[in-house]
Amino acid sequence: MTFRKLMAGAVMAGVAFCGLAATSNAGEYDGITLNLLTRPGPVIAGRLAERGKEFEAATGAKVVVTEVPVAEIFQKVQTDWTTGTNSIDIGVFAAGWGVELDAAGLIADLDPYVQADTKIDLADIAPYFREFGQKIGGKTKLLMIDGDFQMVYYRKDVFDKAGLQPPKTWDDYLTLAKTLHGQDFNGDGTPDYGSCIFKKRNAQSYMAIQTVAAAFVQTQGTAQGIHFDKETMKPVINNEAWKKAFELYKETGKYGPPEELNMDIGDTRGLFKAGRCALLIEWGDPPPLTLEPDAAAIKNQLFSVAGLGTTQVLDRATGKLVPVTKESAPYAVDGINYAPFAAWGGWVGAVNAKITDAKKQKAAYEFLSYMNQAAQSNVDVTLGWTGYNPYRLSQLKDTALWEKAGFTKEAAASYIGAINSALNNPNMAADMKIPGAAKYTGVVLDTELARYLAGEITVDEALANIEAGWEEITEDFGRDEQIKALGLALGTTK
Amino acid sequence: MNRTGMIATGGAQRESWSEYFDRHARTFFIAPAVTLILIFAILPTFYSIVFALSRVRFTPQGLSFRFVGLQNFYKQFLGNEQVHFLGRIGSMSVAGWIFSLVVIAAILWWFYKSIGKTSWIGMVGRFISASAAIGIALLLSATVLSGNQWGTLLTTLYYVVLGCGLQFIIGTGLAFLCSQPISGKNFFRVIFFIPLMITPMGAGYAFKMLFDVTRGPFRPFLEWIGLRDWVWSTDAWTARTFIVIADSWQWIPFIFICMLAALENVPKDHVEAAQVDGASSIEIFREIIWPQIVPVAATVILIRMIEAFKIVDLPAIMTAGGPGIATESMSLHSYFIWRANDNGSSAAIAYLLLILTVIVCSSFFNYVVLKQMKRAKA
Repeated sequence: MTFRKLMAGAVMAGVAFCGLAATSNAGEYDGITLNLLTRPGPVIAGRLAERGKEFEAATGAKVVVTEVPVAEIFQKVQTDWTTGTNSIDIGVFAAGWGVELDAAGLIADLDPYVQADTKIDLADIAPYFREFGQKIGGKTKLLMIDGDFQMVYYRKDVFDKAGLQPPKTWDDYLTLAKTLHGQDFNGDGTPDYGSCIFKKRNAQSYMAIQTVAAAFVQTQGTAQGIHFDKETMKPVINNEAWKKAFELYKETGKYGPPEELNMDIGDTRGLFKAGRCALLIEWGDPPPLTLEPDAAAIKNQLFSVAGLGTTQVLDRATGKLVPVTKESAPYAVDGINYAPFAAWGGWVGAVNAKITDAKKQKAAYEFLSYMNQAAQSNVDVTLGWTGYNPYRLSQLKDTALWEKAGFTKEAAASYIGAINSALNNPNMAADMKIPGAAKYTGVVLDTELARYLAGEITVDEALANIEAGWEEITEDFGRDEQIKALGLALGTTK
Repeated sequence: MNRTGMIATGGAQRESWSEYFDRHARTFFIAPAVTLILIFAILPTFYSIVFALSRVRFTPQGLSFRFVGLQNFYKQFLGNEQVHFLGRIGSMSVAGWIFSLVVIAAILWWFYKSIGKTSWIGMVGRFISASAAIGIALLLSATVLSGNQWGTLLTTLYYVVLGCGLQFIIGTGLAFLCSQPISGKNFFRVIFFIPLMITPMGAGYAFKMLFDVTRGPFRPFLEWIGLRDWVWSTDAWTARTFIVIADSWQWIPFIFICMLAALENVPKDHVEAAQVDGASSIEIFREIIWPQIVPVAATVILIRMIEAFKIVDLPAIMTAGGPGIATESMSLHSYFIWRANDNGSSAAIAYLLLILTVIVCSSFFNYVVLKQMKRAKA
């Protein structure tokens, strides 16, 4: 950290204070305490706590950030708000979870606040995050603090040295991982890995498999979805497309670290920051993370690809894979179908609908707005440790913001180019956003995938089990209700 | 006079109150504890039965319960959760048949021998214990002995049986060594006791880092012996065993401290008398020391078993239940399902764990602990 960077940070913070002072009078919320629940820091929680102090200094409202494991956030928020405990005022969680909370009437409608907010600049938020991430049933119920896609990253220096081109398809990914596996990328004399993917159970593995499957499964645009038939809620899972994705995902393990099955995102980040991975699947954090001191070996060397494609896609009528054609995949480019997956959908903030004190609810909104505003967000997304990724157009319009943060022009262009490419892709795949999403994917899909990867069951058994498990959940929630929720989630009904 | 009379009346009244308090002192002393236990333990336990028999939904009005009978239990045994809970039950191998028949014959023989010697309540208890033992034996035979995967029930029993056994042997051995007149034994007592003071979460993370074969401290050693690509966490048996090792590291001190106290309470004159009579060390341990420490040993194992059934931290942190579901205990199974908002199934698994713990531990207490205590008294 140089003196110049410190000064720049101080000036930014000063600007942020001034911006905040313009929207709220100092001391306006004196005596109000906002209890916020989110994941453990420093990722996500760390910046909320820091910005909370700024918010307190400017408005008087104290922000208390409570941290629980990611997998427990939803359950804790739901239980707290349903049972009337109401010890949590603000929940910060995955965008996809909002639907279920909203169906139970637990989330405050933020539209009245948004309409009166002169600082939030909704038009600057990328349309996908503004319309799909923040809105439920056409109303703004959530505010983004992070925008998420899973993308593929490759080591530019390693590829250049080997004279290789970045992958375009998942088959390319396998070929390149195989080619590079076992070479020494960081000069420590130890063979390194062609591919690094977090495959630990009950972690992020079930997201990565959807990233792989999306391009095989979805061909007709975002509204088609990758999980269910929209008319019947029948799972679109027990077919050749998901089978191919499962097999391909398992095969990447041949070119990965030996204990990949027990690695979560923290483990794989440790590896790629040490310069040990040629290719990886990740959210938008790796390029900013390469600027940190412990990633000096690969600074500005992780380049991004929005999402890999496929030359075969699913024919939903037969459940078979068919070659990409204009009819089978109208959004294909050069014979390759792409469907970048908006995994997780981003971290969003929601305000407890049962806060009876109107002033407190307004304070809760204003804190989320403060986090969301460009003055804060455009700084936060450039810092790898925050876990915040771009979701505003001003963050993606050119490389200047990123170069200021320490990116080279080339690395910045690759990074925002990939995100823009994903955001502008009409066939972008949306994360599951219906009641029970946590169980459909986080339990059923995750467990059966883990069992297949561990060799406990075959791919056919895994897919059949997922289909049966998903059907049971759908019946449990009510098929008609789920069809309606799916329509809302995919934007086909309002 | 009046004043005296008033004092006398008041004194008599005070006396009767104090008499009343004296008579019910035990009740008054114990009442706060009982009330707290009722409020914080017993009532929630009964309330959770409502969860186990319901489908629970979150609505704007609060929790809504839809009665589903025993469906949450049914699906663990015969529904789509059967493989997860019990394991994959396929055709039984020859080894499985032999093991089953031997165990069933032994249990039936034991049950037959009890007829006429035990009260009818005792026979009911024995019937429950025998049924559970036969069920577990059949499950073992149909799964692991027949080359099939086992579920969270047997994984839990694996942690309990192997873990408690290992911990008892090592803990007692260390206690025996520290009870000998060796120099620096107080230092070793403190060292051996430290792991018990570390939180299970901390121990889990410590062992995860310690056993990390990519970046862990043993990597150079593994490379040196030619195990560069060997990974404990991707094989079901080694993963389970490493969790038992971590669990043992944490709990051996508990056995150690209890057994050390028991060993130090063995009268020295008994041992010295045996030495004078020319008894060997093994004979002294078998005939003098062991009978005197066996009630403590049995009780310590019982306490440890009750705790071991609840294992959740270590598999959650070290493997997250993987590879596949190989290291998932029943507590972890229940936790994962709770996390996905299926409170009914989660409560059902918690009850099944409670039933299993009660049957195994009460059987152990009745048929091992009490027996050993009677023998020690004799």
